Amino acid sequence: MLEWLDAVIQGVLLGGLYALFAIGLSITYGVMRVVNIGHGDFLVLAAYLALWPVMQFHLHPFLAIVPVAALMFVFGYFLQRVLLNRTIGPNPLAPLLATFGLAIILRNGLQQIFHSDSRSFQIGQLGTDSIPVGGGIAIGVFPSIVFAVAIALTVLVSLLFTKTSIGVALRATSDDAETAGLMGIRARHTYGIALAISFALIAVGGVFAGVRTTFTPESGPSALLFAFEAVVIGGMGSLWGTFMGAVILGVAQTVGAKIAIGIGILAGHLVFLAVLFFKPTGLFARTL
Amino acid sequence: MTGVAFKVSRNTRLSVAAVWGGVAAALVLVSVPLWGSPALMRWAVEVMCYLVLAQMWNLMAGYGGLMSVGLQAFVGVGAYSIFVFAQHMGMHPFLAIPLGGVMAAIAAIATAPLVFRMRGGYFAIGTWVLAEVFRIIFSNISLLGGGSGQSLTVMARIDRSTREIGVYLIAAGILIAASLAINLMLRSRFGLGLTAIRDSEDAAESQGVDVKALKLQVYTLASFGAGLVGAVYFTSILRISPNAAFDANWVVASVFIVVIGGIGTLEGPILGTAIFFALRWLLADYGAWYWLVMGAVAVAVVVFAPAGIWGYVRARWDLQLLPLQRRLILSGRGPQRRETGLEFTGDAEAGRM
Amino acid sequence: MLNVRNLVARYGQFQALFGIDVDVAKGGMVALIGANGAGKSTFLKSVAGQIPSKTGAIRFNDVDIGALPAEEVVRRGVSMVPEGRRLFRSLTVEENLKVGAFAGRSGRWTLQAIYALFPALEERRSNSAMALSGGQQQMVAIGRALMSNPDLLLCDELSLGLSPAVVKDIYTILPRIRAEGVSIVVVEQDIDTALRVADQVYCFMHGRVTLKGAPADLTKEQVSAAYFGIEGH
Repeated sequence: MLEWLDAVIQGVLLGGLYALFAIGLSITYGVMRVVNIGHGDFLVLAAYLALWPVMQFHLHPFLAIVPVAALMFVFGYFLQRVLLNRTIGPNPLAPLLATFGLAIILRNGLQQIFHSDSRSFQIGQLGTDSIPVGGGIAIGVFPSIVFAVAIALTVLVSLLFTKTSIGVALRATSDDAETAGLMGIRARHTYGIALAISFALIAVGGVFAGVRTTFTPESGPSALLFAFEAVVIGGMGSLWGTFMGAVILGVAQTVGAKIAIGIGILAGHLVFLAVLFFKPTGLFARTL
Repeated sequence: MTGVAFKVSRNTRLSVAAVWGGVAAALVLVSVPLWGSPALMRWAVEVMCYLVLAQMWNLMAGYGGLMSVGLQAFVGVGAYSIFVFAQHMGMHPFLAIPLGGVMAAIAAIATAPLVFRMRGGYFAIGTWVLAEVFRIIFSNISLLGGGSGQSLTVMARIDRSTREIGVYLIAAGILIAASLAINLMLRSRFGLGLTAIRDSEDAAESQGVDVKALKLQVYTLASFGAGLVGAVYFTSILRISPNAAFDANWVVASVFIVVIGGIGTLEGPILGTAIFFALRWLLADYGAWYWLVMGAVAVAVVVFAPAGIWGYVRARWDLQLLPLQRRLILSGRGPQRRETGLEFTGDAEAGRM
Repeated sequence: MLNVRNLVARYGQFQALFGIDVDVAKGGMVALIGANGAGKSTFLKSVAGQIPSKTGAIRFNDVDIGALPAEEVVRRGVSMVPEGRRLFRSLTVEENLKVGAFAGRSGRWTLQAIYALFPALEERRSNSAMALSGGQQQMVAIGRALMSNPDLLLCDELSLGLSPAVVKDIYTILPRIRAEGVSIVVVEQDIDTALRVADQVYCFMHGRVTLKGAPADLTKEQVSAAYFGIEGH
């Protein structure tokens, strides 16, 4: 019984990491109604970007997050402004095809530079420390940090969307971009901001993922799928829904892996499909 | 306009020539075993597999508006069917190949209620999740070799040249049948419905087109085709593993081929496949560069020339080798170009997919 | 202040406007009347920048705004209340109003001024905009447009879907807005309302202006003829 509880606790903490993957995807979809198929590969890109200062200057990986997030923010904004905005229009396939193409470019580009060797970030003792809470269950310090950061960033993003004028503009654009234009809101700019925020968030997720396990240029697709599953399980239009979706996915994976090794990821997929089948709007969709 | 005689035709002089060209190409294709080397045939099987898969993806995305990134699910199901029916149940491999298509179609219909709960980008990634689920399930079936896969040893019972020629002819047959079927289908009521959906889903719905049923049919047909491709391809290479059968690169190749060649055109996949293999040959020594270049070209096409190379050519010179739209031809003039033929079923204008 | 000359608009193959000339004086109130599909809304959308038009066709305060997109037109002082209100559904009443100020023009229209104009909105400031009655939603839409402190307010079908009593209330507000120096163009299906409130009326039919003048100078027969295309006496 306790070992199952342990699996659930580890799953909840893993969900914190998936929330960091998913919130950015939730934002871009919420604002632009476009799924960024390259989301996972950009996350991997952020991890490789952090690798450089960490290897070169022995910067602590946590500190490397700051410049990488800033860089990804700027990159996201310009990628949207220069390239992706051109694909937003009457043809709904165009942005999907463009981000799909970018994903493949990125994956193979990283492959070319870094080869398939798996990389990770070392944070020493902190990475393995855990706090025993009785009954043989121990809570890892690092997974707890990730979980706390995920909560903090979800709060921060919620505040951004409700309390700042750019946040309200993002929501207005999401509701009705044409009418938002009448208010003087330039959709091209707000779309850029949306991708920029998304990219800054996956920089955090990418580095944390690299601390927790390893990554290769091929790690993008699974990050995308987990992020996507969290968003769908949680339901549209709600950041906390996405967060809860990520937690449910994490629990499904750890409990699944407990049932049989090699089934963890599959269990996550199956929970996603079950939610899709029984409640396609997601479990925590905001209803008006 | 009174008193002007007219007839309605799809054909132009060029398109009639293209049909005869197609017949000639089919004959050449079928004659390859008479003069080609086994190496050429093996290579041709691969090319034809990619082309058929691209045609299937184009049917879904270019005509049905369904952006799937999980078509490899059905390539894999078709491929594994060969191993189930031929390797383990003793059926002749060549007879098992059509069953690969059937099994893929069954798998598509069975899982459609799930993926069709999503639209647009959700559908795209949802189909990918499905392909991953299939991959993991097949990785856990020990009869089929689990994660490491297995070889199609029953093929050793067929003598080498029969095997090579047989697989080649089946692949050629699939290509010819697929091309013919898509062409005829798009010219039928079915095709008209799809064109209506592509122009406006809501308008099509209000005109009595059963959008959902039509999309499901397109999806099932494309999955059937993908299953055939998987079956014939892995019969040709004689070895399967879950990672190869459910490889996302199947769909990556299809997307690039179709996008670069011209999405929503019949000629696009052919042109795209030619470019794909030409690039692969040119960049053979540079590893991942080849995918990089394909990706860059595809993104550039999506952003700057969304109709693809064939779409551009068609708009620039008003060429149509395999015309789908009807033209109104006023009497006394030859059925040729835009000056004489008015289009009255809307085909995609340039710049639109 | 607004001078439109030979304005042409099309949706793809379909031509909606065939050379429209309209003038709005500073502080003036102009009504556009006409049947459905006559081109009134298309005209407003062209002025607001939602439909592209040619350089030179639309001059506002002697500045050419013809080729500008909507986001820039509002910054130059033209604001629109769109047909069907088009409130932002996930935003509260107050957030809807605040979004209206996004163009960054300062002036007398602040949240307080809007609440003074529409007291009913103040107590519902934190409600979802979609939870309001139709008339209140229209007030939010007008308030939202005013928050950009426009010199010219374009109102598309204010009475759409509202009861006559509510429409009357809404139209009693317009003179108060006008008194603050805002010029107004209304598109109105109801001829009597239009003739009552406006000092200049343009009648649209099939994408052309068939009649224009001050309400006092126009006979009912003239208006009917222009509106329905029936030959007058």
